[in-house]
Amino acid sequence: MIELDHVSFTYHGQTEPVLSDVTLSIGEGELVLFAGQTGAGKSTLLGTINGLVPHFTGGHLEGTVSVDGETTRSRPPREFAHLVGVVGQDPLAGFVTDTVEDELAYGMEQLGLAPQVMRRRVEETLDLLGIAELRGRALRTLSGGQQQRVAIGSVLTTHPKVLVLDEPTSALDPIAAEEVLATLARLVEDLGTTVLMAEHRMERVIPFADRMIYVPGTGGVVDGTPAEVLRDTPIAPPIVQLGRLAGWDPLPMSVRDARRAAGSLRSSLGSAPSRPVGAGPVLLSSSDVVVRYGPKVAVRAVSLDLCAGSVLAMMGRNGSGKSSLLWALQGSGPRRGGTVRVDDTDPKSLDSARARKLVGMVPQTASDLLYLQTVADECAAADVESGATPGFCSSLLDRLAPGISRSAHPRDLSEGQRLALVLAVQLSAAPRIMLLDEPTRGLDYTAKAALATMITDLAAEGRAVVVATHDVEFVASVADRVVVMAEGEIVSDGPTGEVLGGSPAFATQVAKIMGESWLTVDDVRSALPQVVR
Amino acid sequence: MARYFLPRDLHPAAWWVWALGLSVAATRTTNPWLLLMIVAVAGYVVVARRTDAPWAMAFRMYLYLGAVIVCVRVFFRLVFGGAEGSTIILRLPEIPLPAWAAGIRLLGDVSAESLLGGLYDGLRLATMVICLGAANALANPKRLLKAMPPALYEVGTAVIVALSVFPQLAESVLRVRRARKLRGGASGKRVAALHAIIIPVLEDALSRSLQLAASMDSRGYGRAGLVEARARLLTGALMIVGLIGVCVGVYATLDGSTPRFLAAPVLSSGVLVALAGFRLAGRRVRRTRYRPDRWHLPELVVAASGIGVAAVMFVTSTVNPMNLNPSLITLSWPALSWSPLLGVLLGVIPAVLTPLPASPHVPAEKVAA
Repeated sequence: MIELDHVSFTYHGQTEPVLSDVTLSIGEGELVLFAGQTGAGKSTLLGTINGLVPHFTGGHLEGTVSVDGETTRSRPPREFAHLVGVVGQDPLAGFVTDTVEDELAYGMEQLGLAPQVMRRRVEETLDLLGIAELRGRALRTLSGGQQQRVAIGSVLTTHPKVLVLDEPTSALDPIAAEEVLATLARLVEDLGTTVLMAEHRMERVIPFADRMIYVPGTGGVVDGTPAEVLRDTPIAPPIVQLGRLAGWDPLPMSVRDARRAAGSLRSSLGSAPSRPVGAGPVLLSSSDVVVRYGPKVAVRAVSLDLCAGSVLAMMGRNGSGKSSLLWALQGSGPRRGGTVRVDDTDPKSLDSARARKLVGMVPQTASDLLYLQTVADECAAADVESGATPGFCSSLLDRLAPGISRSAHPRDLSEGQRLALVLAVQLSAAPRIMLLDEPTRGLDYTAKAALATMITDLAAEGRAVVVATHDVEFVASVADRVVVMAEGEIVSDGPTGEVLGGSPAFATQVAKIMGESWLTVDDVRSALPQVVR
Repeated sequence: MARYFLPRDLHPAAWWVWALGLSVAATRTTNPWLLLMIVAVAGYVVVARRTDAPWAMAFRMYLYLGAVIVCVRVFFRLVFGGAEGSTIILRLPEIPLPAWAAGIRLLGDVSAESLLGGLYDGLRLATMVICLGAANALANPKRLLKAMPPALYEVGTAVIVALSVFPQLAESVLRVRRARKLRGGASGKRVAALHAIIIPVLEDALSRSLQLAASMDSRGYGRAGLVEARARLLTGALMIVGLIGVCVGVYATLDGSTPRFLAAPVLSSGVLVALAGFRLAGRRVRRTRYRPDRWHLPELVVAASGIGVAAVMFVTSTVNPMNLNPSLITLSWPALSWSPLLGVLLGVIPAVLTPLPASPHVPAEKVAA
């Protein structure tokens, strides 16, 4: 179905090729998972399939890529629309029309299909993806998961032989991601379409992937079944890490497999390590905070204290009031009632330059804070804004993420590096409280591990850190206290072990395998008897 | 019969023909009774046949706009001299103006006749605006764009994309402004602050449009457009020549002093040439439409009722013009005769003889949960 023959690709103006001499052959009906760190060349590799690389991106491609016998050399991507369906990361950015039905029909209109055929296929696709009740809705009003399902539907209506998905869930919360991945799994079973998918939530896709292609970033690729490839890749889901630690062979690919293999490991372990709970002095105290937008109540009289040296994770579905609460605590968001006290002052009563010296915050789209041409300029501007000594922000950045070129444009940094830059900019005002709103969004395993180290360091310096996130594994690795919000209220609040271990919805993969007192692979590693280790 | 009344959205062009018919009728008269009757007819049909989409809810705005137009018209007669006529009802002190402003009068005597003239005039303009507002409320603007001839497909797509960009831009401006505060942005210099908002917003917009272009390209946009250069040149030339012909023709028709052969003949041949160009351009399009709006009997009824109103008004204006333009020389209650009134009432037919609109528009707040 898809043949890549000695494909090399170099972006315009770069000396190192992103892909060098890649030869792949992908058969009909296969589900292939593409893994690799951000920037390693996954998207480039996927882009070559329908000719977006190099026809749209520019650059130099050697070798041939052919789909169903047609090569991308001479024909532009639009001539592949009937063969290859492409779904991107941000569904909303790819929509051309404004209602669900029109969007589903758009591709078919371009192909010039007969009206009766279009009508029939739209109905079939609505049913296939379970979005029939959304048909007349405006695309902007849909939730992220619904939007992504519409985006998948809109390429399915042309009956492509190949479906290419580039991190289809990276912009979604876990519930929406689950929705989309479940839909995809069903499609693969029912339609037998060849599916190529890049996905950083590997653990959810691995159980039904036939094949995995790891893109290490050196130009080549590692190709094989998931169990083979994951044996020694630097990025791996917790389940695989646990399997490697315990020396299981073959590596477990699902929680079920792992649980069956884990019996002996469970009995050989001692007691679970106790997780330290940071209990420094209270830095921020708030009571009865109310945030409302017109008739809609976002935060319903929440009281929360933040202690020095502790990392608080805030969880809950989208729209449960996490962001609104963080903005209200910082002082620049709306607050209808209640009190917030930091050093006996209310940050809301101060101007924004002074408020950020008390409480720092990194918003959800961190890049909104960056507006200058180079990293060095941003650091210098941050020093001026914060009244810090010149070079302070730059030294902070070096501690958070060493090795970022000062002459680079902030947009060219990787997601994780940009986050580090924004964090450094906000830390330059030396706040003792730092709020991070969904910092893990779009980060790969390596970047998440780096972020975890940064956050742990901040707490160790005596700051109070709050992280709003959906990522259970990340919470298990950094937080010592977890607050779960729903409908603007706090529904549970306690030490990480209790909150995460106690509920199946929030249990980490390791907890599902080993039992509720084990949250991370590190927990298990530290408890392993010396002999096994 | 049951089939005729099955709920569905009418072709947007039908509503536009109807509304234009009403507003053309409004141009033929200054009789306030008739004008108010037209507004009432338009309003009644809108209330009976609109959906709860945002554009449909904007009809109220057009009513306000109409009221403002009438007030401004009357106010101007007050300020800039309204002494034509004999019944002076208000004596204001006139403000003397320098010689170069000759011909302009500020304040001074105000006559009932001139105020009334302003009122009638304003009412006529307001009625026309309200009729257009009615069309806007009844016809989905996006469906109208979709109903464009195939030759204009690209333009239509561009407009639709542009329309969806505006809410996105507004959203990102709000988001970035909020984020700016976190960096202590409020204390900075104004120009720098603007810079700090515009750069991220533009970056956002630019990366979105690149993503959209990539998505459109991989979904086959433009693959039907492969024609050889000669055919493209021919259609382009036909369109341009045709449109020039139309412009010249319209000018000549309106301006009595130009030679007559430039009027109707040039106008009609220009229209023909342009239509040929459209057809040629449309023929090479191998694209299809999903559920296009069709022109059925209800559409004919709607369009005919609008055209009917205009036609009756034209006929009566040749028979009895006094009824349509009440005298401003002798003050009296404007008279109303049966024939134009019944003509205007033709416009209310669509409120009864059309199917109800089908598309339920789901407002955004229902989704937030």
